[in-house]
Amino acid sequence: MTNLLFERPGKLLSFKDYEQADGFKTLKCVLDKKPQDLIDEIKKAKLLGRGGAGFPVGLKMQFVADESSDIKYIICNADEGEPGTFKDRELLRRNPLKVIEAMIIAAYAIGASKGYLYVRGEYTNIKDHIEAGIKEARQKNYLGPNIMGTGFSFDLEYRSGVGAYICGEETALIESIEGRAGDPRQKPPYTAQKGLFNKPTLVHNVETLVNLLPIMQLGAATYTTYGTEASTGTKLFSVSGFVKNKGVFEVAFGLKLSDLIKNQCQTLEAYDTIKFIQVGGSSGVVLPRDLFDIQLSYEAFKAIGANLGSGAIFVADESICILDFLKATANFFRHESCGKCTPCREGNRHISMILDKISQGQGTDKDLGLLKSTCEVMKSASFCGLGQTAPTAILSVIKYFKDELQAHIGGQCYTGACSMKGGDLHV
Amino acid sequence: MITKVETIVEKIGRSDDKLLEILIAVQDTSEFNYLSQASLRAVSQALDISLTRVYGTAEFYSMLSTKKRGKHVIQVCNSAPCHLQNGKEVIRIFQEILGIHMGEITEDGLFSLETVSCIGACDQAPAVRIDKEVYGNLTRSKIFNILADLKRGETHD
Repeated sequence: MTNLLFERPGKLLSFKDYEQADGFKTLKCVLDKKPQDLIDEIKKAKLLGRGGAGFPVGLKMQFVADESSDIKYIICNADEGEPGTFKDRELLRRNPLKVIEAMIIAAYAIGASKGYLYVRGEYTNIKDHIEAGIKEARQKNYLGPNIMGTGFSFDLEYRSGVGAYICGEETALIESIEGRAGDPRQKPPYTAQKGLFNKPTLVHNVETLVNLLPIMQLGAATYTTYGTEASTGTKLFSVSGFVKNKGVFEVAFGLKLSDLIKNQCQTLEAYDTIKFIQVGGSSGVVLPRDLFDIQLSYEAFKAIGANLGSGAIFVADESICILDFLKATANFFRHESCGKCTPCREGNRHISMILDKISQGQGTDKDLGLLKSTCEVMKSASFCGLGQTAPTAILSVIKYFKDELQAHIGGQCYTGACSMKGGDLHV
Repeated sequence: MITKVETIVEKIGRSDDKLLEILIAVQDTSEFNYLSQASLRAVSQALDISLTRVYGTAEFYSMLSTKKRGKHVIQVCNSAPCHLQNGKEVIRIFQEILGIHMGEITEDGLFSLETVSCIGACDQAPAVRIDKEVYGNLTRSKIFNILADLKRGETHD
C-alpha cells in the first residue's frame, strides 16, 4: 500500500499528536507563498477530482480564483452517499485535522474567507470529533481572523446532511446549505461564478482536498511519480462484498483491479467464484470476469466507456442474482431521485417496474428493449448527474450479462433469488 | 411548542439558511422522532418563512419525518451491498422479533421500523442505524441482543 493520504488503520490522532507529526506545518509553509503559485503547483500535479467526475482540480480552483468578489466560499463535500463508498468517512474519522488543514490551504489559494464542511447526516457519530477539531484549530489560530499573523482570515462551519443522495451533487448541496430542499440548479451559471449565496464557490470532495497536502509537501514533480501518466497520485478504494478484507485501501493509480482483489482483499472462496465487480458505486459499471484485469485509472475506465467514480468496489460471487442486484440498485435511484426532471423521475420508476416484471417471470424480449431505451434517454436527457448515471449498472449488465437477463425472461433464475411467480422487492 | 422552538432558534441562529439545522434539532427534542404540524408552524413563524417551504424541506430529506415514529428509530439499509449480503433476512428478523412491518411502530411506541438508502457502512454489511448508532455484521443473535439492550435501557430510565 502507498500512503500519501491515510493514517495507519485505526489510529486516531489527537490535536497535539497531529501537530507533533508535522500537522499544520504544510499550512505554515504554504501561507508564505503566493496563492497563484499553489494553484500552478496543483495544475502541475495533474490532480483530478476524487468525488466521481474526475474534473481537473487546478482548473476548477483557477475559475474561482479568477473571480473578483467581496466574498468567496469553499465547500468540502463529505456527503458521501454513493452505495459502497465509505472512504471519506474513514478520512474524517481517522484524522479530521487533515481535512481542516487542506480546506484552509485551498481557501488561501482561491481567496475564500468562509468554508463549510458538509458531512452526511448518517455520520453523526463522528460529528463531535470533527467539531472538536474545528474548535481547537480556532483556538490555535489556524482558523479565524489573521491566521498565524499572515493577514489571511478564514473560518469554517460544520453542516450536517439530512439523508439525501442528491445533495452530493454540488448545486443540490449548495441549496441544502442555504436551507432548502436539495434540488439541483441549472448550470450555467457555474458554482465558480455563482455558487453559495450567489457568490463564487469552490466545491471539492474530501479526498480531493486531502490530496493538496502531499502535493504541497512533496511538490508536483514527486507527487506525479505516483500513479500513471494521466492519473497521478493515489486513490482510496472502498471495498465491500464477498471478500475477506473489506475496508478502505489506498493504492497508487495503475494497479490492476484483480491484483487489489486477489492480494489485498482476498476472496472468500476461490477467486474464480467471483461473478462480477461493480466499480464506482451504484452509479458505476458492472464488470464481468474477463475485465477484472483492468487497470485502476481514469483513462483505463474511460477506454471502456465507464468511469472510476468514487472508487467504490463491490465484489459479488456466483450466489448473487444479477437481476436481484439490479432491482436493489434501481430501488435506490427511484427513492433518491429528487423528482425535478422527468427523465430521471419517470425513468427510474419505469426501470423498477420493468425489472420487477422480469423477476416475476412475466418479462418479454420487448421489455429488454424498453429497458435499454429508457436507460439511454435518462443518460442523455436527465438534468443532473444522478439521472445521467443511474442507468450505468443496467446498461453494463445488458452489455455483459444479457444471457442471465434472457434466462429470466425464459422463466429461469440461476440462483433462486427471484420468485418467478411474484417477488417481494418492496420489503 | 413555540417556546421550545424559540430556544432552539436562539441557539442556532435566526436566519433561513439554518433551517435544516433547526429542523434536525427540533426533531431531536421530539419524543417520537418527528416534526409535528405544530413544530413546523412554530419554525415557520420563528424564521419568518412560509410554512410551505418548511414543510417541503422537511418532507424532502429522509432523515426528517413529518410522521410520528418510535422512541427508537430502526433504519435498515436496503442498498445493494447490504441487500445482497443477507439484508433481506435482516429485514425479516426485525419484523419477526418486533411483530411489525416496515413503516410501522410497535404498540408500546418504543420502536419504529423503516428501510433507508446506504448508511455508509458497506464494509460491515448487513448494517442498521438505530437512533444515532450504526450496528454492522448483523446476525439473528446480534439483532436480538441489540433490541434487548435498548428495551432494558428503557426500563432503567
